[in-house]
Amino acid sequence: MSAFNAIGDEREIDRDEYTPGIEPQPTWCPGCGDFGVLKALKQALPEAGKTPEEVLTVTGIGCSGKLNSYLDTYGFHTIHGRALPVARAAKLANPELEVIAAGGDGDGYGIGGNHFIHSARENHDMTYIVFNNEIFGLTKGQTSPTSPKGHKSKTQPSGSAKTPLRPLSMSLNAGASYVARTAAVNPNQAKEIIKEAIEHDGFAHIDFLTQCPTWNKDARQYVPYIDVQESEDYEFDTTDRAEAAEMMRETENVLNEGTVLTGRYYVDEDRPSYSQEKKAVGEMPDQPLAERYFDDDAEWERSYDLLERHT
Amino acid sequence: MSDDELIWRIAGGSGDGIDSTSQNFAKALMRSGLNVFTHRHYPSRIRGGHTYVEIRAAAHEVQSRGDGYNFLLALGDSFARNPQEEAYYGNEEIKPLSENLDDLREGGVIIYDEGLIGEDDIEALDLEARAEENDWHVYPLDLRGLAKEHGREVMRNTAGVGATAALLDMELEHIEDLMEDAMGGDVLEANIEILHEAYDSVNEEYEFDHDLRAPTGEHDAEQALLSGSNAIAYGAIDAGCRFISGYPMTPWTDVFTILSQNFPDMGGISEQVEDEIAAAALAVGASHAGVKAMSGSSGGGFALMSEPLGLAEMTETPLVLIEAMRAGPSTGMPTKPEQGDLEHVLYTSQGDSQRVVFAPGSIEEAYEQTRLAFDIAWDYQIPTIIIYDQKLSGENTNVDVEFFDREPSPDLGSTLTEEELREAAHDNSGKFKRFNHEDAENGVAPRSLPGQKDGRYLATGNEHNPVGHISEDPDNRVHQMDRRLEKLESIREELDEERESTQTYFGEDDAEYGIITWGSSQGAVEEAIERLNENGHSVKGLSVSDMVPFPEREVTEFVESVDEAMVVEMNATAQFRGLLQKELGRFGEKLTSLLKYNGNPFEPAEIVEGYEVNLADEDREPTAQVRIEPAAGD
Repeated sequence: MSAFNAIGDEREIDRDEYTPGIEPQPTWCPGCGDFGVLKALKQALPEAGKTPEEVLTVTGIGCSGKLNSYLDTYGFHTIHGRALPVARAAKLANPELEVIAAGGDGDGYGIGGNHFIHSARENHDMTYIVFNNEIFGLTKGQTSPTSPKGHKSKTQPSGSAKTPLRPLSMSLNAGASYVARTAAVNPNQAKEIIKEAIEHDGFAHIDFLTQCPTWNKDARQYVPYIDVQESEDYEFDTTDRAEAAEMMRETENVLNEGTVLTGRYYVDEDRPSYSQEKKAVGEMPDQPLAERYFDDDAEWERSYDLLERHT
Repeated sequence: MSDDELIWRIAGGSGDGIDSTSQNFAKALMRSGLNVFTHRHYPSRIRGGHTYVEIRAAAHEVQSRGDGYNFLLALGDSFARNPQEEAYYGNEEIKPLSENLDDLREGGVIIYDEGLIGEDDIEALDLEARAEENDWHVYPLDLRGLAKEHGREVMRNTAGVGATAALLDMELEHIEDLMEDAMGGDVLEANIEILHEAYDSVNEEYEFDHDLRAPTGEHDAEQALLSGSNAIAYGAIDAGCRFISGYPMTPWTDVFTILSQNFPDMGGISEQVEDEIAAAALAVGASHAGVKAMSGSSGGGFALMSEPLGLAEMTETPLVLIEAMRAGPSTGMPTKPEQGDLEHVLYTSQGDSQRVVFAPGSIEEAYEQTRLAFDIAWDYQIPTIIIYDQKLSGENTNVDVEFFDREPSPDLGSTLTEEELREAAHDNSGKFKRFNHEDAENGVAPRSLPGQKDGRYLATGNEHNPVGHISEDPDNRVHQMDRRLEKLESIREELDEERESTQTYFGEDDAEYGIITWGSSQGAVEEAIERLNENGHSVKGLSVSDMVPFPEREVTEFVESVDEAMVVEMNATAQFRGLLQKELGRFGEKLTSLLKYNGNPFEPAEIVEGYEVNLADEDREPTAQVRIEPAAGD
């Protein structure tokens, strides 16, 4: 018998279940792209058959970090840049949980960049949504790792001398097995991509363009956008690493010129997830570790039985 | 300084197998019925560099390294014979001999490898004259040649052990048994041959003119030889910990390695991750999801854990962290012991954050306090830190096997089952009141786990209301702060009233003077106090193992009962004395310090001398490399 009966509970799920019954209402600015992520998640989760109590949403710090205040799952609002290591371990401790990590571009590509690279490299089975608005919003408009070169802000008054980071290429190179970009202004695609990411067995990274009407007025609202799968101008195979890499590079190149390309970029269904790899080398239990603490019949090994090597 | 003990020092190059050889020899001595204590001295280098391990063995109890030593096995440094390396490091071949002579006691025995250390070197050292002056008994042997003849050159350690056994009049039985456990086939055969060859040739070639022989003793019960790192790892296993995340750093790596090697067979999970921020954050994540988890590091890596530590405190996620101190600041001296991270561990992380800190003083305490740390962390939902040092980490001593024969305790403390959750308080929308200050006991509000029905809530590092939502409401803020702050008081109460004290006392109650210490200096202090009392002084000791919450009543009683007390610790700024005065708020005029921070742990004689110079008012300076810090106002 499981101690976690919300997991695998098969029933009709109303998307309103994901909305907190009483306060808080979102405090995001009017027109903020973050509403788009929230809405897409509320649609995707029931469609993927997930009940609120089998989902753990782990966020970082920033406007995006407030996501789980407004999405009524189990939530862990962590610290700046550290959502991924917390999320990874929760998944290892109880692999039956649906784990979604989220944060902003500063959170995930800046201060948490190291964790991003290694989480992708290890291919943990989780979804990672990066709210990419090319700016620091909550701290009022400083240049972020994805801000375009020349972007002026209070902390870079003469314009940024730095070339923006390439999130999709970085993700692919680090080892993510599902890489996509979507935009808040494209709700249908966003929902579909989130659903695919949840269903994907491995590290699914979504670079989610979320316009910031308050602090990034220079940036476009990410319209018009082009879906690379639907457009006839782009032809590439999402299962082919080299073609995906080329398409990603093109997408990153043209974003700051005003062309917003979105869609699925890389999908590798064959790569085993981290827990599968870890099980294969015998370093991860078959049953969820978290269940064992509630199992009255569980046998707990003792150090007393290890002493032979010391006598 | 007693004559009924053997203190055997094996010295050579780092990477020459000194560790495994000494480990087996220590076990052989233990099996012969003796109490043993090992001390490891090594440089922060991959190979080469002078290194030694000391084994103290006696029929009586040994809780510390001794003063100096009485038997030297000086192997040559094989690494130093690489001519290119010699250009960098100088001629280190003779260092295992030359570097160790100062601490060798009068009447001591020396074996050196004449296959590596030439006649010129011996002359340059003036060994003959020094031996005569100190009554040393020198036995040059071609260990290298002997090893080469019967096996391979690296086996000269074995030749050295065989020669040692002959000179100490020891049976080879236990040594052979241990070799059979450790190796097989041709390697075993060659080693056994070398062992006997060395043993026999020493007996044939030499008339012994030394008095030292292996002491004899007997144990009442079966013994296990283990280190402080083993004890911490085993305490964690018995507490039901099955998740560890870490990043390598000396000396913390020992605990990390032991658990990583054992967990796969126990259904546990070990994660080596990208950095120490991730390491501690993973432990938080695993604990949040319902697993007993730990992480740890040494000073520099622990600094990175400051953020997740604060997060665990604010979200009330149970967590055990280990801090294995080494000499700082910054990279410091990676392989040298120091008790210099106490204040770091007490105060790191922003705000009025709270954690429990234990500092075990012995191998038994390391085990007990690790188990206690898990109990406290999971009952009270508070981070608990074990702080210890390179000394306790690496030293080995024998413990009754039966000491470990206990029941495991995988209980998750104040965690609810789904059944209990149904009955628990929820808000109007059905959200679980995870941080409910109204029904909390001892500051603790029971928690749910993700995946449980009816347990949904938000954990956040922001200040939050009972269901976990971010809140800056002043009333809520004060309620939540007060509830969290209540935990340490409740823990102190539990430790005082329901648990056996982990503070250790030495000497007679009515003694005039006191010595106070903490952590791994405990053993040396214990021995120093014995000797001081034998020498006619009136002194007792207290070794404090609870840093936070501080055992105020016990320490107050102790300080009140003596005229003056000397605080002994292995750092330069008297960090523990500072804590003591902060917690007690008085006694400044009664407390002095004896401090050591040269990278080597205290020897009992240094504490005896420090006491005599400091408290017994002898008008002289200490000869040891220590510092005396006068009382406040002096």
